[in-house]
Amino acid sequence: MCGIVGLLMKKPSWDERLGELLVPMLCGMTERGPDSAGMAVFGKPREGETRLSLFQLHGEPDWNRLMEAIRAQVPGQHRIEPSDRHALIFTTADPDLLRALLPQQFPDIVPLAAGSRIQLYKDIGAPADIAARYRFQDLTGTHAVGHTRMATESAVTPDRAHPFTAGRDFCLVHNGSLSNPHLVRRQLEPLGIRFETDNDTEAACRFLEWRMREGDAIDQAIEKGFEALDGFFTFLIGTADGLALVRDPFACKPAIVAETDDYVAISSEFRSLAHLPGVSKAKLFEPQPRTIYHWSRA
Amino acid sequence: MNVSAISQPQVFDLSRAETLRTLNHWLHREWTPGGPAVQVLNPDGAHSIAVGVDAPVDIDVLGHAGYYVAGMNKQARITVHGNAGTGAAENMMSGLVRIKGFASNSAGASAHGGVLVIEGDASLRCGISLKGADIVVGGSAGSFTAFMAQAGRIVICGDAGEALGDSLYEAVIYVRGKVTSLGADARFEPMIENDLSAVRELLAIAGFDHDPSSFRRVASARGLYHWNADANQEY
Repeated sequence: MCGIVGLLMKKPSWDERLGELLVPMLCGMTERGPDSAGMAVFGKPREGETRLSLFQLHGEPDWNRLMEAIRAQVPGQHRIEPSDRHALIFTTADPDLLRALLPQQFPDIVPLAAGSRIQLYKDIGAPADIAARYRFQDLTGTHAVGHTRMATESAVTPDRAHPFTAGRDFCLVHNGSLSNPHLVRRQLEPLGIRFETDNDTEAACRFLEWRMREGDAIDQAIEKGFEALDGFFTFLIGTADGLALVRDPFACKPAIVAETDDYVAISSEFRSLAHLPGVSKAKLFEPQPRTIYHWSRA
Repeated sequence: MNVSAISQPQVFDLSRAETLRTLNHWLHREWTPGGPAVQVLNPDGAHSIAVGVDAPVDIDVLGHAGYYVAGMNKQARITVHGNAGTGAAENMMSGLVRIKGFASNSAGASAHGGVLVIEGDASLRCGISLKGADIVVGGSAGSFTAFMAQAGRIVICGDAGEALGDSLYEAVIYVRGKVTSLGADARFEPMIENDLSAVRELLAIAGFDHDPSSFRRVASARGLYHWNADANQEY
């Protein structure tokens, strides 16, 4: 069991409230996922700048040493916003050049996300503690994806928490379990796609991002996912444009959507939506099995 | 308890901490015959509202309920003025449960008696392993409705999804709209007078105004009742 939440603001005037409204949604799913939590937020892009979300997996972070190494070895402008064991680096360089330094020089730092809009935080512990530790309530942006984890498929560690990412400005959260993640992984690794963990969800994330990088629209990528991915899932996917939601044909894993003129809110259960302003007038529905839903900021 | 107290409903506001436990405890231990009706405010999707009630009490849940609302109900008349989460009225024994909105997966699962009315749509696996209760769905029902249902009746006023009545035993389904597909061993059968009166009776309880002759009967072909070595594991 896990909890998924997502929120997309339809109007710029609501962007400031993204974190404030998402935190109670995330914490409302604590019973479904008490061991880890995470959140990916899509903010406004800044001209010529890419964001790289990092996490210090072991030991104490020394972000100054990291920045010194980056400035010495990668041409461009780089600045960092540390937040406990997380850090967000804004860079004018290709973020892959920064990532390339990590395995050799900073093996305890894992890259969590890269893109012009995405920033990502995840950690182990109670969702409310993680939300407070990384000040989720202050995050602003157009849309966000969150997850509370009750681990079944791999160990409870920060890098195995959701959301998972691949490529740029792409993330995925999952409620359910896949029965063939190793098969998918063996299909992708010969193509040069590198995995960071042994988690089943990472296989789905990398499969779908690979398909989109190969030119599929998100609907086409998910259609191929129905064939390639075996198991139970409700997937909520965040891209630079918006959110996509899909449930497997048996729809064992729940989801409910509340849509108003101001926002689209998605959760595993209604109890995470009950606090939203105007929810009593919202259009409420459960997504149909094997049906792809997506919403983008107009 | 005096008469004026009886006419006032007992109100439980679930927005206050610990009220859910208080509500269920009160329904199990405190309510006595002739006691008041009950109103549940701000359910906000909480799980296990009014589960295990064994008393002829009227309960109105004013909002959306979470998982297992009215589960294991006996005797009570429970109305959810909103949607219900997974497992509404699961294993109900008797009484009447009405969901004014839609019901999520597995509504009425393994219910033995009583009537479950879902005014909106029912999601997947409605009436799975039904054991004698009646279910009336005002809207459409999702895939695998009545999977392995053993006894009871399910009336679907709208459409049904995939694998309707898969591995059905002696429960009977009446469906008015389109059926995406029948499940293994389920088949359409002619409506006879007993069927028309059953549909008429259940529609009257639910308060839906449809012509009983517009429904089709789905029941078990009983081909799976006995092991067939010649079927070569293909059904």
